[in-house]
Amino acid sequence: MKILVCISNVPDTTTKITFTNNNTEFNTAGVQFIVNPYDELALSKAIALSQGENGTVTVINVGEAGTEPTLRKALATGADEAVRINAAPRDAWFVAQQIANYAKDQQFDIILTGRESIDYNGAQVASLVGELLNIPSVSIAKKIDVQDGHATVEREIEGGKEVLEIPLPFIAGTAEGVAEPIIPNMRGIMSARTKPLHVIEAIEVPILSTIITYDTPEPRGAVQLVPEDDLERLIEMLHSKAKVI
Amino acid sequence: MSVLIYIENTNGKFKKSVFEAVSYARETADLLSTDLSAISIGSVEPEELAKIGTYGAMKVLTVDDSRFNSFSNRAYASIIAGAAKKESANIIILSNSFSGKDLAPRIAAKIEAALVEGAIALPKIQGNSFSVRKGVFSGKAFAEVELINENKVIALNPNSFEVKEFGENAQIEKFSPETGDKDLGILIKEIIRATDKVSLADAEIVVSAGRGLKAPENWKMIEELATVLGAATACSKPVSDAGWRPHEEHVGQTGLSISPNLYIAIGISGAIQHLAGITSSKIIVVINKDPEAPFFKVADYGIVGDAFEIVPKLIEKIKEFKSN
Repeated sequence: MKILVCISNVPDTTTKITFTNNNTEFNTAGVQFIVNPYDELALSKAIALSQGENGTVTVINVGEAGTEPTLRKALATGADEAVRINAAPRDAWFVAQQIANYAKDQQFDIILTGRESIDYNGAQVASLVGELLNIPSVSIAKKIDVQDGHATVEREIEGGKEVLEIPLPFIAGTAEGVAEPIIPNMRGIMSARTKPLHVIEAIEVPILSTIITYDTPEPRGAVQLVPEDDLERLIEMLHSKAKVI
Repeated sequence: MSVLIYIENTNGKFKKSVFEAVSYARETADLLSTDLSAISIGSVEPEELAKIGTYGAMKVLTVDDSRFNSFSNRAYASIIAGAAKKESANIIILSNSFSGKDLAPRIAAKIEAALVEGAIALPKIQGNSFSVRKGVFSGKAFAEVELINENKVIALNPNSFEVKEFGENAQIEKFSPETGDKDLGILIKEIIRATDKVSLADAEIVVSAGRGLKAPENWKMIEELATVLGAATACSKPVSDAGWRPHEEHVGQTGLSISPNLYIAIGISGAIQHLAGITSSKIIVVINKDPEAPFFKVADYGIVGDAFEIVPKLIEKIKEFKSN
């Protein structure tokens, strides 16, 4: 089984987000980058699926040289090879086109990626690649089981789930519950250094969208503390002032 | 040039989030001085379709064809793209529901459209620039995204736009899609939906609890509070990681991002990753025994005290309030 995992390089979850250049650029100064947590789930699932199946797991990232430590981390976790498409990711359309272009001749059985990246929260890549490659896609998969050339996938829906049977190949965006994250061990970290990391030049893609400015949430006013023996007052304020109950 | 809204039905009915998206689409059409048509797929009664006119659509196309009764992102995207072509619509709007998230990129890829998933405000149109606001960095910031291409797809987050009545008497028209696209062999084996619970993604009130509750059996009072408020239940990451609550209840940076009218956080300290997923809630109430808990810094109302004493009292007081 040949599996491709698309990963993005995102700021660590504890990062305080600030912007520079008149709020037009994310301030990366002092920021630690990690494998996008949802992509980590995709990678862990891919490794679990490939084991015992004589499978291979390829990780792909669209990014400049600075993202290579993230790809090495994926190799340390258990991927067999890594591919970096050498370009700054401009929008989801750009990234999806690069991934689809790479994958189109490679006959992957399964392509996995996180349901969204925790930086730009586009949540588009799985379905875009599915459409570009003309294969089935599930954008938020909570469970994936593969047997005899097809997969059983649970898709999240409002208040429940939909259980789907999908023929291979397909692409899915992974959500929590799909796998337990695998933590790289020392052997993995050592072997990652010698695993192949291919760098491929990007194809030309028109830009469809661009971020003009950023801002951060307005701070809320000071909290209004309500004594615990005066819950009526809280209810009254929620009702008449905030109008939420 | 016009605007098209995809109106997703759930068992033949439209949810409030769909009406929000219809009103949003109508205001977008008004900004551009153009018309709004809607497209419905699957079996929906005419009275239900007429509501779409109330919230702003001038025309409703309906595909009532048993082949398309169950959701398939590929076939639906193809039908919606076909309807856009018929209506000469270059802007397609839909609610950013779970199916909406599945569909929007497929539609965008078909018509090479610029796409924003998770829009939270009306488009800003200045000269040739058309931009839409959305959350980024999982709720820690916002971005104004310019949609450069002429074709545009916008998926609107639930609870981010007020439903408005326009009172249009929408003309309802059958639409026969020319789609040759099939569902690519995807088979829906089962749909499991808890009908007695409010869905977290589009809930107006959310009651959420964290490790402060000490054990999964203590969620009974959380569920009861949610029931009396007509709210959905949620939890923090350590709670779902420990298996006390299902993953789909986890809100935060690596879980669901929500923007209910009221978010009640009980026994959650307020780590930056959790706050990211809930800061766009309109009103935040925090109940925590630690007065130093960081959550109080982003709360509108707070109660310092023991949740095991406060929550049962709160349930009683709300019941009293509701009965009056």
